Amino acid sequence: MNHDIVNDRRRFLKATMSGLVISALPISLVRLSYAAQGGSDFTFAYISDAHIQHVKGTKFVRNWDRGLIRAVAEANLLEPKPDFVFFGGDLAQLGTKAELDHGAEILSGLKHKMHAILGEHDYYLDLGEYWSKLYGDHYRSWDHKGVHFIALNSIKTYDKWTFDRWESPERRMHEMAGLDNPNSSPFMVGEKQMKWLQKDLSKVSKNTPIIIFSHSPLQKIYKGWNFWTEEADEIQQMLKPFDQVNVIYGHVHQIQYNQIGNIAFNSVMATAWPWPYPETYAQAESHLPILTVPMNRADPFNERDATGWQFMNVHSGRVDLEFSLHNNTNRKVAFNEAAGHPQDMSYVDPANRNPAQRHY
Amino acid sequence: MKRITIFMVFICLAGPSFADEFTQADADRWMAEFNLVAEEGRRLWSSPEIGTNGVACGQCHPNAANTHPETYPKFQKQLGRVIQLWEMFNWCLRNPLEGKEMAADDPRMIALQAYALKERRGVKLDPGKH
Ligand code: HEC
Ligand SMILES: [Fe+2]
Ligand SMILES: [Fe+2]
Repeated sequence: MNHDIVNDRRRFLKATMSGLVISALPISLVRLSYAAQGGSDFTFAYISDAHIQHVKGTKFVRNWDRGLIRAVAEANLLEPKPDFVFFGGDLAQLGTKAELDHGAEILSGLKHKMHAILGEHDYYLDLGEYWSKLYGDHYRSWDHKGVHFIALNSIKTYDKWTFDRWESPERRMHEMAGLDNPNSSPFMVGEKQMKWLQKDLSKVSKNTPIIIFSHSPLQKIYKGWNFWTEEADEIQQMLKPFDQVNVIYGHVHQIQYNQIGNIAFNSVMATAWPWPYPETYAQAESHLPILTVPMNRADPFNERDATGWQFMNVHSGRVDLEFSLHNNTNRKVAFNEAAGHPQDMSYVDPANRNPAQRHY
Repeated sequence: MKRITIFMVFICLAGPSFADEFTQADADRWMAEFNLVAEEGRRLWSSPEIGTNGVACGQCHPNAANTHPETYPKFQKQLGRVIQLWEMFNWCLRNPLEGKEMAADDPRMIALQAYALKERRGVKLDPGKH
């Protein structure tokens, strides 16, 4: 199956002339041209980790606002229209109503149907209560064009930490918000949701493609920064019998991908800011998936560098990711059917890598 | 020439009476002083108090990763010259934190650097590296 992705400058210009701010938009918007259109082939967009942060009164951190506003404006230009847009969690920074409302307001500019999951920054103030009013259930599943979708709340943790340890919800939120905070606690799906997942999967035939959205990686990369989910191994076991499983996760604010058996893992970028790869922390040991060709290091003098959003091409039960990176080279990580794993299309040959991909 | 050599040897032999003498207890006490400052640096690193918009260094630099203190002084093309670590700290302070620059000898600047360097301990010096 061959889907050519072509730059479509004409269409882009047409769209910008209909009133959008030209300076804020990229020249490299992409259009899918379908060589063969199967029943379960479709596209969707993925925006994640906006971290909308309240300063005071009507003021929010401008930098994070700009990232989300730009992703929404660009996703609206996609042609053909994606079937839906998914938001991958961490809409807010400290989970307040003001932040969630402000973020939801920006996201409401999307012309497409939207789904969302919780990030830890949305959750630990009121345990997702206000978020639910905006985006519904914390976890759920649905079917779309022959693909079984599962959206998880993977950022829960031990009850003792959540309910007994902190004197106030604000304190609990602050403790979880610090990525490197030793007082924080590892992410979990939790017993109740694990049972639900088992039951949900039992109704799905083994050859139905599955796409799972979780905020944290369902693989263990580095516990110190919660690039981690406690039940990752059990969940991978549950998914083992299925022919094609795809896990898409946020939280890490960087490009990662991996293949474990039939499960393809892909992370997405943040609209707010990029994060260092865990192996750059000299005092710790981490396990970045060996397949990953890293994102380019960001230029600190350009606030939008290495932030962005993704659009996803689902074909034959697998997902290709097109990273639309503001002020940085766009990347495409596609599933290589022959190799059986995701692959960065520009850097299949290691000789093509550039010095900006050396993280230390 | 010969006379100078002989003179140097003499100084070396007489060394102990000129040397800076200290005990292990002194060294431990000085390290504790450093650690106190580094700890204050960690607090400032994770706190919104040095900026004006609530953003903290640690939000983008967990464990001070990606600050590469071992590569300073180094050339920053946007500033067009070789700069010191504290000048780069001030860049991030002024921009993502929308804060006010600190003087090189501001105790808070010293604390922030103590913390970043402590997290980077063991990495070999590599001035100028990009
Ligand atoms: C919005 C996110 C953000 C915040 C907040 C931030 N920085 Fe940065 N900073 C970056 C990025 C991105 C880089 C580039 C990283 C790289 O070189 O890979 C960077 C680079 C640096 C560098 C230079 C690293 C090098 O290789 O030369 C230093 C030093 C630094 N930051 C210190 C700080 C300090 C101190 C603070 C708090 C006052 C801070 N940063 C806050 C994003 C941020
Ligand atoms: Fe995030
Ligand atoms: Fe997160």
